[in-house]
Amino acid sequence: MVKKKILITGNEALAEGAIQAGCLFYAGYPITPQNELIACMSKRMIEMGRVFIQAESELAAINMVYGASAAGARSMTSSSSPGVSLKQEGISYLAGAELPCVIVNIMRGGPGLGNIAPAQSDYFQATRGGGHGDYRCIVLSPSSVQEAYEHMFKAFDLADKYHIPVIVLGDGMLGQMMEPLIIKPTNHESQTKNQKPWALTGCKGRKPNVVKSFFMAEGDLEKFNLKLQDKYREIENKEARYEGLFLDQAQELIMVAYGSMARIAKQALLNLRDKKLKAGFIRPITLWPFPKEIFGQVVRKNPKVKFLVLEMSYGQMVEDVKLAVNGRAVVEFLGRSGGGILSEDEIIKYAKSI
Amino acid sequence: MTERIIIAGAGGQGIMIMGKVLAEAAMRENKFVTWLPCYGAEVRGGTAYCMVTVADKEIGSPWIDLADTLIIMNNPSLLRFKNRVKNKGFVILNSSLVKDSLKGNFLILKHDFSDIASRLGNIKIANMAALGAYAAKKKTVKMATLLEVIRNMAKGYKQELFGINKLALLSVSK
Repeated sequence: MVKKKILITGNEALAEGAIQAGCLFYAGYPITPQNELIACMSKRMIEMGRVFIQAESELAAINMVYGASAAGARSMTSSSSPGVSLKQEGISYLAGAELPCVIVNIMRGGPGLGNIAPAQSDYFQATRGGGHGDYRCIVLSPSSVQEAYEHMFKAFDLADKYHIPVIVLGDGMLGQMMEPLIIKPTNHESQTKNQKPWALTGCKGRKPNVVKSFFMAEGDLEKFNLKLQDKYREIENKEARYEGLFLDQAQELIMVAYGSMARIAKQALLNLRDKKLKAGFIRPITLWPFPKEIFGQVVRKNPKVKFLVLEMSYGQMVEDVKLAVNGRAVVEFLGRSGGGILSEDEIIKYAKSI
Repeated sequence: MTERIIIAGAGGQGIMIMGKVLAEAAMRENKFVTWLPCYGAEVRGGTAYCMVTVADKEIGSPWIDLADTLIIMNNPSLLRFKNRVKNKGFVILNSSLVKDSLKGNFLILKHDFSDIASRLGNIKIANMAALGAYAAKKKTVKMATLLEVIRNMAKGYKQELFGINKLALLSVSK
């Protein structure tokens, strides 16, 4: 494979990334604004001799992913907000059975059926488990078409490493926009042939494997849950990621945003810096684990720093920022959702007012 | 250089592909580019618009509040977007379908693109006529690159597809 540059939508980049990362099984059900993803998979997975299923529902799709993952295949599904809500039972079971898989959510306006405009209003659902039970999913948030492609490799690797569902959380703008994507040669596929000794591959000549999320004997579930919690602590310690700008000096204002919103925020930030405002920028790349550490470091550089959290929601990630800041600095919030997208001018005007 | 363009018309007029051809050409010229589509749940006849940003540096938002250029292919789109262009901005109107006038400090270019396309033999290529008019005036991308893109896109289809699109693209640009 040679290096090439193509103009492609975020949704198609996610699909192509999944294919290059060795995804062997895809099941999904169409929904706007992620349809280019499933459409691309329906063509490319067949071309590659892999499995593509347009399931009869979102519930069926996520449970097919459970089955394929239990059999050892790199598996994924994708949907948009209302469809991802339908998958929550399955995601809880995948977490409980410690099965690796990737779930893409290209968020749209809510609640309910909402609309098909871009939004970031599923942050709580993605980062707090979403389904029942004490569990977490790793959540990655790409903010460009290039990153959408690259995050799929990361998502499958993390899923296999920690036996955990990984959510790639984008929004309708990222999914539908086109940007140039540079595809570099990779030998990633060879890395995906990792052994999964726990998988249900037929037990001839060995002890049967068991994949389940049901622990009825006294004490078993608590023991299992403590093991899960240890795993989550390890992930929190090792996997938090962010992009920072101008954080090496003390700043008066730090803008915090993720995904598509971060692109607009970054533009506003550079504009404000041109006007001599001392401002920096944090873009969480993993939403869970949330990159808490950097917030403390920023406050230590200037205890009077103010944070401005920008979201395409009415305030979800801002709660994680407040937890990370832990009362040591002022945290302001500005957000729009349901079809409205904050403009650079709105951000600049608000930033100047605080 | 940052050029923000909103292209608007009705579903079926080829609004999305206009933006895609422009975006692809910009990419081939190694510029930064984003393309963002917006359309209703309806397809043919519904509102359709796309936003293309071409720049020589990294692009923040693909969403455009105020455009440098508006390309308006039907009357409802003019009513919807007439306040979304910068002072002294560039506005291209398809006068075959745009009947209302536009007041303000703009550079306005009017051509009956749909009629031109009909005379060339296919009303569907009004989009390429408008794109050609845009490129000839603004020179955001080279005409040769646009031709290269449509030649590439037409590959695998009927031979005459490239020819008629080429005619349209060059129809009002000379």
